[in-house]
Amino acid sequence: MTTDIIRLTAAETAAKIASGELTAVEVTEAHLARIEAVDEKVHAFLHVDREGALAQARAVDAKRAAGEPLGPLAGVPLALKDIFTTEGVPTTVGSKILEGWIPPYDATVTKRLKDADVVILGKTNMDEFAMGSSTENSAYGPTGNPWDLTRIPGGSGGGSAAALASYQAPLAIGTDTGGSIRQPAAVTATVGVKPTYGGVSRYGMVAFSSSLDQGGPCARTVLDAALLHEVIAGHDPMDSTSVDVPVPPVVEAARNGSVAGLRVGVIKEFGGEGFQAGVVQRFNESVEMLRELGAEVVELSCPSFTYALAAYYLIAPSECSSNLARFDAMRYGLRVGDDGSHSAEEVTALTREAGFGPEVKRRVILGTYALSSGYYDAYYGSAQKVRTLISRDFERAFESVDVIVSPTTPTTAFPIGERVDDPLAMYLADLCTIPVNLAGNAAMSLPCGLAPEDGLPVGLQIIAPALKDDRLYRVGAAVEAAFVTKWGHPLLEEAPQL
Amino acid sequence: MPGITPEEVAHLGRLARLELSSEELDHFAGQLDDIIGAVARVSEVAGEDVPPTSHPLPLTNVMRQDTVRPSLTPDQALSGAPAQEQQRFKVPQILGED
Repeated sequence: MTTDIIRLTAAETAAKIASGELTAVEVTEAHLARIEAVDEKVHAFLHVDREGALAQARAVDAKRAAGEPLGPLAGVPLALKDIFTTEGVPTTVGSKILEGWIPPYDATVTKRLKDADVVILGKTNMDEFAMGSSTENSAYGPTGNPWDLTRIPGGSGGGSAAALASYQAPLAIGTDTGGSIRQPAAVTATVGVKPTYGGVSRYGMVAFSSSLDQGGPCARTVLDAALLHEVIAGHDPMDSTSVDVPVPPVVEAARNGSVAGLRVGVIKEFGGEGFQAGVVQRFNESVEMLRELGAEVVELSCPSFTYALAAYYLIAPSECSSNLARFDAMRYGLRVGDDGSHSAEEVTALTREAGFGPEVKRRVILGTYALSSGYYDAYYGSAQKVRTLISRDFERAFESVDVIVSPTTPTTAFPIGERVDDPLAMYLADLCTIPVNLAGNAAMSLPCGLAPEDGLPVGLQIIAPALKDDRLYRVGAAVEAAFVTKWGHPLLEEAPQL
Repeated sequence: MPGITPEEVAHLGRLARLELSSEELDHFAGQLDDIIGAVARVSEVAGEDVPPTSHPLPLTNVMRQDTVRPSLTPDQALSGAPAQEQQRFKVPQILGED
């Protein structure tokens, strides 16, 4: 029975709880048992909030018993990336500098999940401050990919993706600054969505690069992602960059998947050198399938995309060097060297040295360099201009197509340790996802097969214009249905037993 | 492009309040050199006529009425403080001895 419960989709689980076939407590206990059984191997969670989850589940069951209205995901368990503040529950951002910190308030995303009666199981592992593509930069050790525990689960949201792929939770939340939702989804055969910038509140989401960061839903199916998207999205007065427009009709789109008559763009620059043969093969098959389903495929060129990675690795470090200045050892978090012999400034420097890991230091130094007087125009200033060119390329592309598709990542999951001290090789993992963050568009990754050479998952990325997030779900649902029919089951069922 | 020296990394570390070790200075100098060499290509296409974009949204300032609202209590605000005294954050010495 427990095995059956953990393999249900979020939509099925919610329906069974609403009908009384299952209780929220039963569902929560089944997932807590699964975590107990497999997470020692996977290490998806940094903190499991057993008591909090069960209390929330009991509250849902009591509400139902009293005949009170339940939300669309009432009683469904969720794994929350450890970048969102949770009142009374530790929030580390994968960093030693916040080890043991208990936030006094909930992020807007956390609050909306609670208000929707979602059961938060715990906090998931991530690259420190969301800087990375493998979750190896976590100060608390790496997470294994459930498809092969010696390989990376992607990053920075590797914990959230691994929790889904190992059936420890049917829903998860991630954040995507350069691909941190979509790349983990791709390498674990799960679904991840980066909403339009401003679509989901950043209040209480620890800032890495404020003009790029965006929270979003992670799930095992397109419909589940849409249901979660609707719960967390919407205007928030606590975030001045939150867009004050209605949430796109994502659930309706996910229930009505179709690509008939749709114009789908394929970007010439997303391919060639550095792309694994099996990834290209599965992507080309996906494009062929879109054609068979009635879409018109258009080849496009976006020449500035070849500069996106370079622009990103100037803009994101610049913003992070400024954002992370708040970790000064004065008001919260770690404090080192406060023995009476050091000034406040020295204590700050000693604390940051002890509390930040190598990738965070690298990016803070790089950002400090790029923003230095004398270098500012050549680096940060030029990167901002590239950002304009990338937005223009997207605008031009969306004049002739409705959505764009690409491989989500150039390769399948690489072995843990392979790129950890080779930052430039690591950065390549985000080649196809970064342009979307720079322009602020919406994008999804969903499974499109296993690469023949290594048997590991390949992700298909769908990109929509800003505020047209519903298109991702309309196309994603159609592609997902066609693939499940072709394979005879969801791809994740081919993952090895843990 | 001049190479990044360990001395420059030390200077950047001071600006960024990072007390880097000598091993880190050497290691990061080499890596930063590689990264900066790779990202410098942004200048190839950054023409005079291209306006910079700092943000994906056209931002305007967001204002609200200046009214009293519930907020954190002093105890909550101080709950994560490394040190506190008399309902205040206690910090190490800020000014010099003299």
